[in-house]
Amino acid sequence: MTEFPGASGLVLNEPLLWDKGKKGRSGFSLPRRDVESAAVDESLLGDALNLPDLSEVDVVRHFTRLSQWNFGVDSGLYPLGSCTMKYNPKINEKLAGLSGFSSAHPLLAETLSQGALELMFKLERLLAEVTCMDAVSLQPAAGAQGELTGMLIIRAWHRKEGSSRSKIIVPDTAHGTNPASAALCGFRPVKARSNEQGILAPETIADIMDEDTAGIMVTNPNTLGLFEENVAQISDIIHSKGGLVYCDGANLNAVMGLVDVRRTGVDVLHLNLHKTFSTPHGGGGPGSGPVCVTEQLAPFLPVPRVIEENSAYVLSEDFPESVGRMQAFYGNFGVMVKAYSYILSLGADLKKVSQLAVLNANYVKEKLKGILHLPFDRPCMHECVFSDKFQTERNVTTLDMAKRLMDYGFHPPTIYFPLVVRGAIMIEPPETESKEELDLFIAALRAIVKEAEEDPDLLRDSPGRSKVRRLDETEAARRPCLGG
Amino acid sequence: MRYLPHTPEDIASMLEVAGEKSLDDLFKTVPDDCRRARGLDLPEPMTEWDLDHHVSDLAEKMAAEPEYKVFLGAGRYEHHIPHAVSYLLGRSEFSTAYTPYQPEISQGTLQAVYEYQTLVSRFLGMEAANASLYDGASALAEAVLMAVRVTRRKKVALSRAINPFFRNVVQTYFRSTDYELVELPYLENGRTDVSEIPGMDDVAAVAVQSPNFFGCIEDLRRVGEGCRQAGSLFVVAFSEPLAYGLFENPGSQGADIVCGEGQSFGIPVSFGGPGLGIFASRMKHIRNMPGRLVGQTVDIDGKRGFVLTLATREQHIRREKATSNICTNNSLCALTAVMYMACVGGTGMRDLARLNYDKCEYLKKELPAAGFKTSFDSPTFNEFVVEFPSDFEATRKRLAEKRIVPGLDLAPYYPELAGRYLLCVTETKTRADMDALVREIVS
Repeated sequence: MTEFPGASGLVLNEPLLWDKGKKGRSGFSLPRRDVESAAVDESLLGDALNLPDLSEVDVVRHFTRLSQWNFGVDSGLYPLGSCTMKYNPKINEKLAGLSGFSSAHPLLAETLSQGALELMFKLERLLAEVTCMDAVSLQPAAGAQGELTGMLIIRAWHRKEGSSRSKIIVPDTAHGTNPASAALCGFRPVKARSNEQGILAPETIADIMDEDTAGIMVTNPNTLGLFEENVAQISDIIHSKGGLVYCDGANLNAVMGLVDVRRTGVDVLHLNLHKTFSTPHGGGGPGSGPVCVTEQLAPFLPVPRVIEENSAYVLSEDFPESVGRMQAFYGNFGVMVKAYSYILSLGADLKKVSQLAVLNANYVKEKLKGILHLPFDRPCMHECVFSDKFQTERNVTTLDMAKRLMDYGFHPPTIYFPLVVRGAIMIEPPETESKEELDLFIAALRAIVKEAEEDPDLLRDSPGRSKVRRLDETEAARRPCLGG
Repeated sequence: MRYLPHTPEDIASMLEVAGEKSLDDLFKTVPDDCRRARGLDLPEPMTEWDLDHHVSDLAEKMAAEPEYKVFLGAGRYEHHIPHAVSYLLGRSEFSTAYTPYQPEISQGTLQAVYEYQTLVSRFLGMEAANASLYDGASALAEAVLMAVRVTRRKKVALSRAINPFFRNVVQTYFRSTDYELVELPYLENGRTDVSEIPGMDDVAAVAVQSPNFFGCIEDLRRVGEGCRQAGSLFVVAFSEPLAYGLFENPGSQGADIVCGEGQSFGIPVSFGGPGLGIFASRMKHIRNMPGRLVGQTVDIDGKRGFVLTLATREQHIRREKATSNICTNNSLCALTAVMYMACVGGTGMRDLARLNYDKCEYLKKELPAAGFKTSFDSPTFNEFVVEFPSDFEATRKRLAEKRIVPGLDLAPYYPELAGRYLLCVTETKTRADMDALVREIVS
């Protein structure tokens, strides 16, 4: 009998913070007062603060209980498609927390901050080597800000060329951030449809590319988990009409050590250090979204940039064509330390990372394709996309199967994305997951599919083992209660 | 490799299932013209122990507390962080989770963010706060873009006493739009000149920072009155939220949007990032707000629970018509801030803010006593501007040898303030530290 991780442990209730504590308690060790109380303009003072007073024990117990209602990568398999929820190495957390880094002020003189600058400089070079791009900025705070930076660079380049183009091509498989970032930069997204094989056809792009179009935003491998096989030809089409090619690198985990991003014709690429390079996602950030460009676009990268001068590292703002600053300082340095440590731990084994990620996805795809509908039955990269087509007969949806997976002790895959697949179930089993773990997950999905046949209500009523059951999202949006 | 669990036998049997002979065969859909010409040219993989030494060596090259006494602020502030906060952040159920798209197994993150939204709203005197943005600078950019959406006007006025890095980021976000930025000058007392605001024409938002870049507390009520006359939204930015532990919050002085940097609330300085973009507004503008929002609801048994809500504003639903492109934000930093606020508490926050104020006032008196003039006479919090003699660069070098960093030279940011320095003092500085600073500058 297979034993799944899902179980109903003792889950404790915990009130809201302000329903705990008592006036006058404190969980903070206030430093000794060694100066006199100074005069203050009374008219500027605020009222007493409406925050709860809690002891350290109150606080620790509160957040410990809350943490137990959460599922993380350290709890179990987290196969969210296009999110690369790989294991987050623990040594990296320690290194990012070293007091030399965590206490370092960003406005220290360069002579006093060589360690951090060296790390940033070297991380840029490492990322350039992995992608084959020429220059890198680590400043964007997350993927979407990387996209915005990339769009600003493309716009600045066109301006320098004396043109102001109004459109940009965005495939129908793109993440929602792509069109949103393009729009924030003043571009009108033009949708390109993927073909019956789930990828872009050169003819489709040739039909819509014109001289009012700034370029294309491709995601490669795309969100169907397929390599855009025509990408080099598509890039040629874009370039021949004076456009530039942007690549969303959210799915880089499939192709490290294998693909030369420059040879695919890409001019600007963003990476997600919190996906491919193992930094924890934090329940929604902080991330880091470096931007990698070709030599000709390097002058447009955000400032300040770290450069090497007389065998020392300095921050330079001397790039007059730069798009400017994206962050108050240099980006999420704490995240960079973790990604740097990860790359140094793996070295050239990063290629193995991609190979095993792709192996895992193909294994899962082959094992599940008989029981779940596989709209594009082709070799996949690091993720595979199924749908609920076989289950609709029993009135069971993707959502029902996803929720039931929780009872078996797994985080559900990404669902209802990409939009081109109705009822999509997008599974990304990263390379840090073992065969045994995948076999358990496959067995769980097989059991769920069987339940869908025999007792569909079981799925519709799931999850039953979590802290709460299905939540009323409609009511939450209709009458927003955003604070207590 | 310890992060890769596959044995050769696993690989062989999985390849068989996949119908491939080798790992390389898995990549047959990648055309030759997309492949690397050569292998990865990366250093040999490091052992955990070598890596620890290597990165620790880099960290030791930094001039950081406690060896150094650093009197720098300007957007990042050194504060004591309760160990309980650092400890709780080590709960990997929080740190290794994704954005809480599946609420039933993400209630920990969701309730904590709801509590964060609540405490931030109360602290700033606002009606609703979002789940976080990247940092104070990008939060200000999002705030003025939101004001443009709400008012359908295209001009934004920014005080010149707003942190110059924040203003740079707003300029970047505005670069590809046809929106206009105008600057409000600052007065001799260090506050923004607000006299022109009531007569301003067609302005979407007026934004000031308080305490401003010079540490001065702005007359927010007066700015707010000006905004009402001009029909614009009133945006208040901040980089040192602890000031509102003592001084009147922006919400009670009429702010429509309040945004800023929350690093002071338990987040290490960490060479400038990650920080925390705090963002709050009036409820009536909520559907124009950028970023994630957590709302309270019930499950099918009627039990209280929390979900991400009002997602129709967001990129994954609305795509190019979204209120912002933001997706991943700085959620774990928001958790840090709520843990910090919980530890310090309402009573403690007031005491802590007062201690910060008094310590800074001490140095602000000692320096003039030693012959250095402060530049602005408005009330300040944690930071102030002081004039040092023209040969101060030599003094700075000498101080660096004594492991003291005396403040920020304002000349690169405000050429008219050459010779002026921005100094910062928080609760982490002792009277002895401040006395040593003054003594070393004078000697």
